[in-house]
Amino acid sequence: MSFLIFLPLGLIGLLGLALAAGAADSVMYGHGLLIAAFAAIGVFWIIGRNGDTGGPAKAVPGGVNYNDAIVRAGVVATTFWGVVGFTVGLVIALQLAFPVLNFDLPWTNFGRLRPLHTSAVVFAFGGNALLMTSFHVVQRTCQARIAGGWAPWFVFWGYQLFIVMAATGYVLGVTQSKEYAEPEWYVDLWLTVVWVVYLLVFLGTLWRRKEPHIYVANWFYLAFIVTIAMLHIVNNLTVPVSLTSTKSYVLFSGVQDALTQWWYGHNAVGFFLTAGFLGIMYYYVPKQAERPVYSYRLSIVHFWSLIFLYIWAGPHHLHYTALPDWAQTLGMTFSVMLWMPSWGGMINGLMTLSGAWDKLRTDPILRLLAISVAFYGMSTFEGPLMSIKAVNGLSHYTDWTIGHVHSGALGWVGMVSFGAIYYLAPRMYGSERLYSLRLVSVHFWLATVGIVLYAASMWVSGIMQGLMWRAYDALGFLEYSFAETVDAMHPFYVIRALGGLLYVTGALVMAWNVYRTTQGRIRDERPYEPAPAASQPAPAE
Amino acid sequence: MQTTGTTFEQVAMFAETWGLAYLVILFACVLIYAFRPGAKKKFQDAAQIPFKED
Amino acid sequence: MFDHGKLEKNSILMLIGILVVVSIGGIVEISPLFYLESTIEKVKGVRPYTPLELAGRNIYIREGCYNCHSQMVRPFRDEVERYGHYSLAAESMYDHPFQWGSKRTGPDLARVGGKYSDEWHKTHLVDPRSLVPESIMPGYPFLANTPLRYADLPDHLAANRMVGVPYDDAMIAAAKADVEAQVNPDGDGVEALRKRYPGAQARDFDAQPGAPTEMDALIAYLQVLGTMVDFKAYKAEDNYR
Repeated sequence: MSFLIFLPLGLIGLLGLALAAGAADSVMYGHGLLIAAFAAIGVFWIIGRNGDTGGPAKAVPGGVNYNDAIVRAGVVATTFWGVVGFTVGLVIALQLAFPVLNFDLPWTNFGRLRPLHTSAVVFAFGGNALLMTSFHVVQRTCQARIAGGWAPWFVFWGYQLFIVMAATGYVLGVTQSKEYAEPEWYVDLWLTVVWVVYLLVFLGTLWRRKEPHIYVANWFYLAFIVTIAMLHIVNNLTVPVSLTSTKSYVLFSGVQDALTQWWYGHNAVGFFLTAGFLGIMYYYVPKQAERPVYSYRLSIVHFWSLIFLYIWAGPHHLHYTALPDWAQTLGMTFSVMLWMPSWGGMINGLMTLSGAWDKLRTDPILRLLAISVAFYGMSTFEGPLMSIKAVNGLSHYTDWTIGHVHSGALGWVGMVSFGAIYYLAPRMYGSERLYSLRLVSVHFWLATVGIVLYAASMWVSGIMQGLMWRAYDALGFLEYSFAETVDAMHPFYVIRALGGLLYVTGALVMAWNVYRTTQGRIRDERPYEPAPAASQPAPAE
Repeated sequence: MQTTGTTFEQVAMFAETWGLAYLVILFACVLIYAFRPGAKKKFQDAAQIPFKED
Repeated sequence: MFDHGKLEKNSILMLIGILVVVSIGGIVEISPLFYLESTIEKVKGVRPYTPLELAGRNIYIREGCYNCHSQMVRPFRDEVERYGHYSLAAESMYDHPFQWGSKRTGPDLARVGGKYSDEWHKTHLVDPRSLVPESIMPGYPFLANTPLRYADLPDHLAANRMVGVPYDDAMIAAAKADVEAQVNPDGDGVEALRKRYPGAQARDFDAQPGAPTEMDALIAYLQVLGTMVDFKAYKAEDNYR
């Protein structure tokens, strides 16, 4: 029965072959073959697994037969794409400091690698972290096996295919140039199919739950899935040059396209990088701290006010442009209001630790989760500040924005994902504990110092460049040429790259730690907590 | 030209009346849902959901 | 033990609630832009790109130039002095997608057209630091020796027409001829090109006679940026928004 999956897989394979056969350009040819290969490998993989969709060999008596295999796949994919995405980020940071590293080849130039970095981090690393955690959280909080047989596997592998097609497309020059929505029309359509299945799998699992209430983390995941679907479809409405051409022209133009793009772009931050990751916070912080969320009521107010306000904030990316003033003002107003629910959520996350603050000393995983929430608070304070038109006039187009984005991405999204990975790795691989907690602490410090270097250098360079652009000399002439302001950025670009290097190193330490954990190894190291006292209750059986 | 200068005022007027009312009502609904007296126990139980099963 | 129908209803209700809440912002903010006349001021001179300029624009997009160059001059004293008249909505009305950008690692390009010679652009694109020692821009030497692919340009114009750019049948039919005409100023096709695209500049942009290269197309695009509107005839007070 579960072999019914061969039908859609066969269709996908044929479609891929058709695209390859009629391809108008070489990228479409390659991507068509890739799609066909995806379907073929899928068929063999399913046959090889002999119908096992990923549960334990035998059903747990009295327990729920969770699909942990898909969460394990998520742990590996998130770690892998994290390392890839951060490394590409380091490469392009070095290119800005030392332009010779562009090598002046089409495939290695900054313009093509920068979308590769942003997509790898946001969609490959962040997206896989969300798949991994949502599949874990929805099963555990519903006490039900994930719905849909092979469907969750289709979501996981289909999403990896989306990443590979998007990434190879960028390097080969296939992009629609809308930031964070660069993949071309056929890749967008593929993601839409994957995403609809994702929504159905998630809903189907919710329907299997054993009690009427849906835990709040799932609210955030649901809002993330639904809203991203809406944003993705509207922002990517295009007319392809032909059905076998990689190139398309987006439906909207100029000012309408700009607002649609930043309505999408800001809500990619709001719903992908915030709402989804708040789902992570609302499950893993209580679990790791071993106490329920500080205020469940606050989490409900947090949820509704956050999703309501976020959706309006997009126009603050277009201050002082040709966008009508009323839209700019609306965007600014809602962005400033957004400060309140954001800090409500931060307080809720941090206060969950109240009465357990001492654990921060002995539990480096909890420390990662706590600092991620602190960074969430910092960047959601900085964001509303930068959305104020007078501030934005200075900060826009400068590195200040880059620094702001990274304090959110490295600090909040990265750290909370690392916390979830460290939580999941031993549990999903049936290991007693993580390979090394000391290495988690090393990772913590590498990442934190990396972020500080990054954010601080970008603040200085951003504000400095903004001020240099508008500086006048005593005679009333512009004081600096553009090239002079570029020259002044150099030391800060070097410091930024150094910060990135530390962050990448931290991710590599994590990858090593996770790898050893999957092997069931335990590092011989000084423990954080004193050895279990005799007063501890005897383990069951 | 002609009426274009009034767009800002039109939108501002709309936002200051209907928009504000919509926001306030929506927020009030959320608050009532979250803080209605009968819900306290329900939400205390809900907060325990992550600890029920592993 | 629980009514399964109710469980489904709860999550569907939540789904609908989320959709309603998140739709309202988009509808109220974005949709007025499509019907309010004041969104795009009426300006003379803005025309669809010539086929060569469109091909150049696609190279600009392909190479990710928008990652470092904005095309949106804000109405500040320093920007207007540095780059020229602030950008008007009408100037990007045929841009699918828009190229306003979000970062100025390099300078704004909204009005770069006509500021530098073709030769400067070519030298600069091949090796930026030969002209601007402080520059951190990558070099694009491959553009000058890559022949421009323009056989499918009629399809590109047709796709643009479907999304609202006023290319007519004659323009689509002549797309390939117009590319060749625009890089060959002494040829016969220039007059017809200028008739279809008023003010189009026909030159051998890359100074390499023969088949058009990607360098030709990109320079043709850069040289038209911001030049379509005659600001001597433009009255800002007519267009207060």
